[in-house]
Amino acid sequence: MEHAQASEHAEHATTTGIDHRKMLIWAFLGSECMFFGSLIATYLVYYGQSVSGPGPADVLDINTTTVSTFVLLMSSLMMVLAYSAVSKGDVKRFRVWIVCTALLGATFLGFQYFEFTEFGHHKQTFECPPALDRPALEPETACQDGATEYKANYGLTPRTNLFGSTFFTLTGFHGAHVTVGVIWLLSLFGYSFRRGGEDLVRDGGLNVDLAALYWHFVDIVWIVIFTVVYLIGVTVAPV
Amino acid sequence: MEHGRHPAHPTPMTYLKIAVILAVVTFIEWAIFFAPESMNGIKLTVFSVLSVMKFALVAMFYMHLKFDERLFSMLFVGGLTLATCVILALLVLFQAVL
Amino acid sequence: MATLAGVFNRPYKPTGVWGWISTVDHKKIGALYGVTAFTFFLVGGLEALIMRFQLARAEHGIVSAEVFSQLFTMHALTMIFLAVMPLSAAFFNLVVPLMIGARDVAFPRLNAFSYWVFLFGALILQTGWIVGSSPNTGWFAYAPLTAESFNPSNGMDFYVVGLGVLGVSSVAAALNFIVTIINMRAPGMTLMRLPVFIWMTLVTSFLLVTAMPVITVGLIELYMDRTFGMNFFNVEAGADVILWQHLFWVFGHPEVYILILPAMGIVSEVLPTFARKPLYGYPVVVLSGITIGFMGWAVWSHHMFTVGLGPIANSVFAITTMFIAVPTGIKIFNWIGTLWGGSIDLKTAPLFAIGFIFLFIVGGLSGVMHAVAPSDAQQQDTYFIVAHIHYVLFGGSIMAVFAGIYYWFPKATGRLLSERVGQWHFWLTFLGMNLAFYPMHFLGLDGMPRRNYTYAEGMGWDFWNLVSTVGAFVLAMATLIFVHNFFRSLRKGEPAGDDPWDGRTLEWSIPSPPPEYNFVAIPTVHGRDAFWDQKYGDAHGHVARAPAGASSEDEGHGIHMPSPSILPMITSLGLGIAGYGLVYSFPVAILGAAITMVGTYAWSMEPAAAPDEHGH
Repeated sequence: MEHAQASEHAEHATTTGIDHRKMLIWAFLGSECMFFGSLIATYLVYYGQSVSGPGPADVLDINTTTVSTFVLLMSSLMMVLAYSAVSKGDVKRFRVWIVCTALLGATFLGFQYFEFTEFGHHKQTFECPPALDRPALEPETACQDGATEYKANYGLTPRTNLFGSTFFTLTGFHGAHVTVGVIWLLSLFGYSFRRGGEDLVRDGGLNVDLAALYWHFVDIVWIVIFTVVYLIGVTVAPV
Repeated sequence: MEHGRHPAHPTPMTYLKIAVILAVVTFIEWAIFFAPESMNGIKLTVFSVLSVMKFALVAMFYMHLKFDERLFSMLFVGGLTLATCVILALLVLFQAVL
Repeated sequence: MATLAGVFNRPYKPTGVWGWISTVDHKKIGALYGVTAFTFFLVGGLEALIMRFQLARAEHGIVSAEVFSQLFTMHALTMIFLAVMPLSAAFFNLVVPLMIGARDVAFPRLNAFSYWVFLFGALILQTGWIVGSSPNTGWFAYAPLTAESFNPSNGMDFYVVGLGVLGVSSVAAALNFIVTIINMRAPGMTLMRLPVFIWMTLVTSFLLVTAMPVITVGLIELYMDRTFGMNFFNVEAGADVILWQHLFWVFGHPEVYILILPAMGIVSEVLPTFARKPLYGYPVVVLSGITIGFMGWAVWSHHMFTVGLGPIANSVFAITTMFIAVPTGIKIFNWIGTLWGGSIDLKTAPLFAIGFIFLFIVGGLSGVMHAVAPSDAQQQDTYFIVAHIHYVLFGGSIMAVFAGIYYWFPKATGRLLSERVGQWHFWLTFLGMNLAFYPMHFLGLDGMPRRNYTYAEGMGWDFWNLVSTVGAFVLAMATLIFVHNFFRSLRKGEPAGDDPWDGRTLEWSIPSPPPEYNFVAIPTVHGRDAFWDQKYGDAHGHVARAPAGASSEDEGHGIHMPSPSILPMITSLGLGIAGYGLVYSFPVAILGAAITMVGTYAWSMEPAAAPDEHGH
């Protein structure tokens, strides 16, 4: 947040020898653990409590999300390379890596956008005649003429059921964090052109370090979400 | 009290190795996911272990917790532990079983 | 140095209103917090008086049931979030840098940001009184009473957004103080030499950064339900409304310690000073405070004993709740031990501190009674609980706040509060407090339910209710006497000098009021009670040379202080606008977010100290 403060503070000795801002970001990440912890707690407490579908196994697509998880993990690699470059004073390499990081972050967001809209339009095949907890026939003639199954809209929105509310809120707030991260990274990219990146390099790339810590944190939150909501969530899938 | 303000961070090569491990682990998770249903019990354990492993790798190497000030680990792990405890307590209170 | 100076002209040592708006000086921000919070304390008090007037006799028709609901909800929210918490923040701001020998907090502009966000959050929370629909569900806002269908007015939206914005302020301030305390201590001030008030600030700050996110998530879920029709607390969709209670109290119980730990810190400073003895059992007091901080996380369901969590859960939380009384009791013994054998000077500040011990014991005892789950089932939702919380929050927090005001007012202003008026203030407060709240024990045990806007004749509750109302008005009178004392002493008070109480900690080693930079030379600390040691020598009779460790570059006017900035105010103004937008219209919310974003960019490009000001 306070880029320009770096120069002043770097010269002042602190009690522990640690920079104020770096201590601040770690304490902030500790606080963020509680934020995502509470969202995950809500998701888990409500897991399998929805009175109507669709559930995790109906809509979640492990193939797609494995790819987007991979994308986010690789963005962390780019990020750490960007920091490594700037801490050695290599502004040119930094620019390349930071743009890569932001692009991968944006790609992840693209996946999430695709996922969210796809869930809304989800269709599924059901046996005839329709059970009570299944979507109604549309058109009403679908199960006639000896048809054994019918296809119906079975989309998931935040309002559909408990799963929808908890899923979209949890992943949505994660996505919001990624969005803030992408903006932050692009801002640092812009900042690197100020006086040829002199300001960025001066304090060992502290500004990049702070953004990187935030970015990796968002990444590890996703590691947890991917495991809990997707891998385990679909495997255990309530009937 | 200048203890390791600029600790020796790993080289890009180490970062690359970590990334390879992360990618491979993610691939393994994907593969295990499609294993037969009879293995569901084991799957959950494996997913949890692999996830903790990925989490720890990113935190220790990319976030430099392994090399940086212990205070950072304390601040972060403190929040993490508390969050985990709250999640577990709520799960017990709601008798939610996965 | 090229900055965005063309876009945002930086105020250069402005005076008057702009001086306050752009200040980043922790002492001025502390004053802003103090004055704002005390104003809200009066507002909350007014709400209480209306309620007490309504309850003075059976079937009194002063206010309707709906208005009464809004009154008790807003009374609690105002007192907790807009009075006690920011009054604590006022002391953090005023005292922490002075006590640890620092020139300011770690992030002066973030500190100003915290204050302005607090102010806008407070305004959002209070908007209901203007538009005619305040929150009316009690401060705990149990679902499903908060659902759009049961509560269609905007009242609950002000609750959700107001508390959310206040949470941002609290977390920002707490992060700031964590870094300040860990990282800006004067040389030699090890952790175990920190004044107890600093320790309690640190523990409170950690509680804030960990507890606030939990309620934030609860508020987000409630907002999603109300605004977007989601299902978090929609029973028809399979939701469990008890989840809200858990999220609320997981935050709510640490919050109780957020309210009381700073008070304990203040008392731990005032008592040794006026008993002229070091604090008895310093390490134990510190450890007890930390233990309370941890234990505060393991007791939340004692607010939910009658929910039906089952015998195991109730037993576990009953035991943890009883256990948390142990470190609290230890602290009380230590304060008594501090007074024991001291040469006690009964000025107003120590009177309030001793009053705190006395009243807090009463509140603590009824607290342990609630810990017994079967007993609590009888007390739940009766005036017995109201009596308890007022003994710990008024008898505890507010008494300590007054002790702190009498103690540090001379440091902040350079003048003493009148002792004569102060003694009146104390005794009237003590009398009014007990008259107002002690009868509530009887009423509660007799079964009078809380949060009811009236009661029938012939229940046998008339007498004690009348006594309680009289007590409330005595309290109001005492508070007016204090306000008078405050304004009179501000102008005509006796000059305090640097060290009016023969103090023990570093803030008394500098002029009153302190200069902008606090310390000409950062002191070197050789033990606990750093300033006492400078004056009288430590236990071994060594007098530390004061002020030691002066470095020539810091002398006189060469001290590099952060410059004023209006960006914290602009950035938080954006948040305030966004908050109203979330209630009324999303485009406005986007506008507010845009202002915050522009403010953040300008802020990050603005140097902490104007470069042309000093030849640094």
